[in-house]
Amino acid sequence: MARFIIRRVLLAIPTLLFISFIIFAILDLAPNDPTGSLPLTVPPEVREQIRESLGFNDPFGIRYIKWLRQFFIFEPLNALETATGITIGDSANRTRILSWQTRSPVVEIIIERLPQTLWVLGTSFILGILIAVPVGVLSAYKQYSLFDQIGTFVSMVGFSIPTFFLGLLMIIVFSVELGWFPSFYDTTHKVTDWPSFVVQVRQMIMPISVLALFNASSLSRFTRSAVLDNLNLDYVRTARSKGVRENAVLLIHVLRNSLIPVVTLIAIQIPGIFAGAVITEQIFRVNGLGQLLITSIQGADIPTVQTLTFIFAFLIVVFNLVADIVYGILDPRIRYD
Amino acid sequence: MKKISTFLLLAVLALVAVACSPETVEVEVTRVVTETETVTETVTEEVEVTRVVTETETVTETVVETVTEGARGQGGRVTVIYWQAPSNLNPYLSGGTKEIDTSSVVIEPLALYNEIGELETRLAAEIPTLDNGGVSEDLTQITWTLKEGVLWSDGTPFTSADVVFTYEYCSNPDTGCSASNFYEGIASVEATDDLTVVITFNEPTPFPYQPFVSNQAPIIQQAQFADCVGAAAQECSDQNFGPVGTGPFTVVEFRANDSVLYAANDNYRDANKPFFSELFLKGGGDAAAAARSVLETGEADYAWNLQVEPEILSTMELAGNGKVVSAFATSVERLMINQTNPDPALGDDRSVFMDGENAHPFLTDPVVYQALSMAIDRNILVQTGYGAAGRATCNVIPGPAAFVSTENDSCLTQDIAGANALLDEAGYLDTDGDGIRETPDGIPLIILYQTSTNSVRQGTQAFVKQMWEQIGVETELRNIDASVFFGGDPASPDTYGKFYADIEMYTSSASGLDFQSYLGNWTSSQVSGPDNNFLGSNVARWTNAEFDALHAELATTGDQERRSEIVKELNDLVIQGGGMIPLIYRGSVSAHANTLLGVRMNPWDSELWNVADWTRAGN
Repeated sequence: MARFIIRRVLLAIPTLLFISFIIFAILDLAPNDPTGSLPLTVPPEVREQIRESLGFNDPFGIRYIKWLRQFFIFEPLNALETATGITIGDSANRTRILSWQTRSPVVEIIIERLPQTLWVLGTSFILGILIAVPVGVLSAYKQYSLFDQIGTFVSMVGFSIPTFFLGLLMIIVFSVELGWFPSFYDTTHKVTDWPSFVVQVRQMIMPISVLALFNASSLSRFTRSAVLDNLNLDYVRTARSKGVRENAVLLIHVLRNSLIPVVTLIAIQIPGIFAGAVITEQIFRVNGLGQLLITSIQGADIPTVQTLTFIFAFLIVVFNLVADIVYGILDPRIRYD
Repeated sequence: MKKISTFLLLAVLALVAVACSPETVEVEVTRVVTETETVTETVTEEVEVTRVVTETETVTETVVETVTEGARGQGGRVTVIYWQAPSNLNPYLSGGTKEIDTSSVVIEPLALYNEIGELETRLAAEIPTLDNGGVSEDLTQITWTLKEGVLWSDGTPFTSADVVFTYEYCSNPDTGCSASNFYEGIASVEATDDLTVVITFNEPTPFPYQPFVSNQAPIIQQAQFADCVGAAAQECSDQNFGPVGTGPFTVVEFRANDSVLYAANDNYRDANKPFFSELFLKGGGDAAAAARSVLETGEADYAWNLQVEPEILSTMELAGNGKVVSAFATSVERLMINQTNPDPALGDDRSVFMDGENAHPFLTDPVVYQALSMAIDRNILVQTGYGAAGRATCNVIPGPAAFVSTENDSCLTQDIAGANALLDEAGYLDTDGDGIRETPDGIPLIILYQTSTNSVRQGTQAFVKQMWEQIGVETELRNIDASVFFGGDPASPDTYGKFYADIEMYTSSASGLDFQSYLGNWTSSQVSGPDNNFLGSNVARWTNAEFDALHAELATTGDQERRSEIVKELNDLVIQGGGMIPLIYRGSVSAHANTLLGVRMNPWDSELWNVADWTRAGN
């Protein structure tokens, strides 16, 4: 197992470097102009000056090497410095990855936006799991019962209605008609006491329910079929014939074995929490990482797009590795060596 | 079993911890609490707020309301939605409208244009003119006197040194200042004493109200930005996110492309203003969602730039929470007519001016462009695509009234028969019976018509195509992503400056009331071509010697009446000479809650220009 992990980690390094190069090259080949969104009254000479000051006109190779150095050496050193308070090397002259839109360090913008993305997406993810697993198990155990039919129907609906439609529908019903929840998310709101916590919950309810329904739908279908597969296996019959109580059969024997693929699926989906939900964030104006990515793409803010997409790629590689490892731990039959 | 459950538990706990921790760490109270007791003690008196707007360009209304006068900040929070949120608060580094508007509540210029296009003072004590001696007789100097006793929000005095510093900051080429054209042609900016600034121009400048005028060129604090001049400007994110200003509000929290929380500036020069203690500016989503938050749910008080289908806006307005307002500056959605031949067979000479040697096969003929213009029903385009945000126009300069020519108004009514007759007479006939006319030389009138990708523009394209079909002109439509079309990439064949099409459509406008440089877009020195990387502002490659001479005269004329006459003449030369076909006079559309008073939408400057005067009804 240890050798497997080491091999995978070592293999991840060239993979990530290759990914970063591909992202950089694609962004560079796409027609981009960071001054393209300025009003037409700004004259071309001024635009050229702005592009020059951003470093947009440097050759491809130089910009790529610069970015690599900033991302892999400077930013980690800076993070270490702020965490420990010890000055490492010549920190004043270490250039950071600067966003072309905001002219501030990209890493700081990402850190600023992580809380709302994790609050909303993390909660909806956990909520989705908490709903999906029991519903999936029960649906499988009582296959073709009324509960199973309703569960199947709801998850089909949740799976097939796009989030932008459901989100808009909820805003029209709960914000416009009933006035229960705010239609936009106030990111400057701080939770300090009970009433402000209630405000926070109210503004989170709609985006969380839309995303939780979507997450739960696919996961519950997955759980249901995994449990169904196991229910018909020999060891279940053995357990029953031994006189094990039905609860124990289902919750101890079947559930454990059924969860193996489900847990893997969950691990693979975790990077998605960080990537943000672009559409849902846009509709409820949560303005987390998904919205950051979209506005950066629209504004031709290449450093931000590059850094964000690479971080997502990094998380995907890492969590795929985690999924493989977890799979090995959960299922002793799996051996990688 | 144990293993799994502990793992699951750990995973869930970790997720919860990650999700919660960042928020719980920063527990600090920043909310400003309005004290109800002090409010009840302030004297309530009937104040008549009467506003007489002399022009019909902006909303004219007379409001008689009970407004409590007295303490600053009694109005609590006002919520404004800029769905395209600002990416920083330094308009010199990102000159988009969103940055200019949102920084205008914090930093101020010396003077600005009010909603009827007149200069109004901000940090200056008065507007310098020839009559009061502020502008020198030879038109090379302007002397600004600053208001006395103005303080920055940090309590330090505002002086002429800050003004001089602002000039040095923006005119430094390494800063990458997006308003550097405001500070062009200046020989020196000097502070003769603490309250006097003298600007000397390189040559006589009849229109000296560019530097430090309007919220595109506001004054920043020297003490704060001293280390941010030149290349260092890019790294001053604390300064760019929270400029110290003299305006009615100060920045409490800035979140790039998301939201800004402002608080009333304790050192603002008018002790009774602003009425609101907090200004919360929220971004994200789209224009329709922004409109909904003001008009339908009533969560926000003001929403900016509501480019939404007209019928959607009017339906939302029926909810009765707020109203839609619009204001018109000089933006015109136009068809630019390529004067050069864009035929791909020409290779590198495609759409290149070549001193007039490479003329378009038929679009330079007055008969053709007049017929094209006559065939368009501009009112249909307005009704379907713009609603309150547009009016039909036949001019380059559609406002303000003093500058508008009436010579070309016949285009306001569609005249298909007239257009057909014109073409018949000039020998543009459909000789081969395919429904498309040919030139007397036998070239079919087929037009490639391009614009940026945008649902309203594609709607307009489709209508215009149908209208031109009726006069025997075939149109091919093309749309290009806005960031490419308006981007300046010289390698891309799809930019509006390259103009590899016969006709292209976009909107442009004068910067404020500076018609001189705007009309410079039709002078022969500005022709877009390979020598300037296709970045020249004369996109149509339209040239006219008479126009060039008249434009040169404008640049040396100080008399305001003569100036507006010249502007009208230049306008007519462009229109009658086929420099462009104007379609729609575009305004900006916003919405505000019925309870929000004092909104005077300003087409010439930031929409938040008078936020200090905003109040709330019924308080």
